[in-house]
Amino acid sequence: MATDPFPNMDSPQSRLLSSLHRFASVWGTVVIDGVSTVGDISIFGWQMVLWMFRAKPKRETLMPNFYAVGVLSLPVVALTGTFIGMVLAIQSYHQFKNIGMETFLGAVINMSLVRELGPVLAATMLAGRVGSAMAAVLGTMRVTEQIDALISMGANPIHYLVVPRFLACVLLIPALTIMADFMGIVGGYFYSVIVFGIDHAQYLRNSREFVGSFDLFTGVFKSIFFGATIAVVSCYRGFHCQAGAEGVGRAATAAFVQSFVMILLLDIVLNIFLDAVYFAIWPTGAKLF
Amino acid sequence: MQESILDQITSTALPHGKRPILETRSMSLQFGRQVILKDISVKVNKGETIAIIGESGCGKTMFLKALVGLLSPTSGSVVFDGHDIQKLDDQEMTNLRKRFGFVFQNAALFDSMTISQNIAFPLRQHGVPKGKTAQNLISERLAEVGLPSNVLPKRPSQLSGGMRKRVGLARALILEPDLLLYDEPTTGLDPIMSDVINELMMRTRKRYPVTSIIVTHDMHSARKVADRIIMLYPYTRLEHGESQILFDGPPSALESTKDRRVSQFVKGEAGERLMEMLASRSKGPADTFGRVDPNHDDGMDEE
Ligand SMILES: Nc1ncnc2c1ncn2[C@@H]1O[C@H](COP(=O)(O)OP(=O)(O)OP(=O)(O)O)[C@@H](O)[C@H]1O
Ligand SMILES: [Mg+2]
Repeated sequence: MATDPFPNMDSPQSRLLSSLHRFASVWGTVVIDGVSTVGDISIFGWQMVLWMFRAKPKRETLMPNFYAVGVLSLPVVALTGTFIGMVLAIQSYHQFKNIGMETFLGAVINMSLVRELGPVLAATMLAGRVGSAMAAVLGTMRVTEQIDALISMGANPIHYLVVPRFLACVLLIPALTIMADFMGIVGGYFYSVIVFGIDHAQYLRNSREFVGSFDLFTGVFKSIFFGATIAVVSCYRGFHCQAGAEGVGRAATAAFVQSFVMILLLDIVLNIFLDAVYFAIWPTGAKLF
Repeated sequence: MQESILDQITSTALPHGKRPILETRSMSLQFGRQVILKDISVKVNKGETIAIIGESGCGKTMFLKALVGLLSPTSGSVVFDGHDIQKLDDQEMTNLRKRFGFVFQNAALFDSMTISQNIAFPLRQHGVPKGKTAQNLISERLAEVGLPSNVLPKRPSQLSGGMRKRVGLARALILEPDLLLYDEPTTGLDPIMSDVINELMMRTRKRYPVTSIIVTHDMHSARKVADRIIMLYPYTRLEHGESQILFDGPPSALESTKDRRVSQFVKGEAGERLMEMLASRSKGPADTFGRVDPNHDDGMDEE
């Protein structure tokens, strides 16, 4: 219960003061919690990095995680990638047609896909499909004392549980990103060329001229950070799960929401950074026309 | 504390055989502000079998976990075979863990592994002892806990609770550890199987000089298996300045104890606790036990 520091006075000033006091204490708690969580997650991530180099991960812990991230996530990433490519085509076609530049549609669709939508989509799908599952599995292990059992038998849970999940996410998210890119490009091409009837040679030429390998690199580079974030946040949420089925559910939700927010934040930061790199290398930049 | 300094001197002066293999020195454990254990000092000699009894929620599981470093005490220390376990580094702790076996309250089997992988887990972590094969050890332990070998390829989710518990027991026993901690090994088993487990604990003890600590609610089992019984009491229910260990002695001394809280627990009589619970219930959804106003006498006959 919040204690009211000015219980018996109800002059406007004291009421203002007391509401200020409450405001400060509520927001103070929020800020302190936030900062300490970020600190905890950083320590957690750092321990994981240490364990990654201290001991070789066990093969039997790697394979199931690689399978879950790399193989089982592929269909959903491919599917959403295709749809996003088609949606982009539908959304932009009429504007471009109005100014008579529908052949440039490929450049725009493919650029957005490769630089932005492919990696973010793959990361979102991974956070939803794999991240929350990781938090739920590790949370259940925490709640049912399986993590204690691991420790009691001399296994380090970070080494045994977190490192393989981290490696799976970081090493395989580039593949997922490229899959999303590719299927998006196919979807966009299908809608633009087959459905809208844009000339396919021009569509391809404009795309090829405008989208370069640096753009592809940008997307893949960002995705590695997204993968790392998903793994660390989700595993952290699982490890700090509260008791009971409700706790596990909350850990899974929090894993998705927090990794998603982190993905978007990182996306901004990385875009600023990569833009700076780009203009340092090619000061004139790329031109659409 | 003076006492702990004295303990340290005597424990190094004693001949090796007499030194307690496990000792807690005024160990306290807290979750945030909630005090679970306060100033617990216990010495366990090599080869002893100790039963820990006490009501649900008094901190028995926490106590066991603190003994093997699964929880760190807020203050005080745990000394195993001359090592203060909080001062050990990761590697030393891992080596020490080879000598511990922990049977968890709800088995804590790994869902992602088969039963045979579960039982073999300590072997994979620490290596197979010389002159044995993993397969032999697994089937030996499985037979000991009374399970057929056709459970080996199954998953934990395909077994009943009691079967899982016995698999957990087999897993803890596989490396023949020096210190075995059992968290309610017979709870949830049928009477015959409970007795099988009791026999198993006694046989293990005969086979090699294991030190066991058994948390149990089963007084029959405690009397049968243990040389010494320790009763813990919830910290919040203690009178000021009392020790949380209400009883510490051989099972035979239980009958002659003067403390009513001990004799009532042993006989399984609710006594005044029933009154307290009724009283606190009539006050509405009361917070926790033990916060009952002793002068509160209305409302007993509500409803
Ligand atoms: N993670 C936690 N955070 C806060 N309090 C906890 C936590 N785990 C346990 N507790 C509290 O610690 C106390 C002791 O718990 P413990 O599991 O040791 O009880 P127990 O004696 O083993 O009971 P039981 O016989 O029911 O298993 C309980 O009152 C519980 O509320
Ligand atoms: Mg318990």
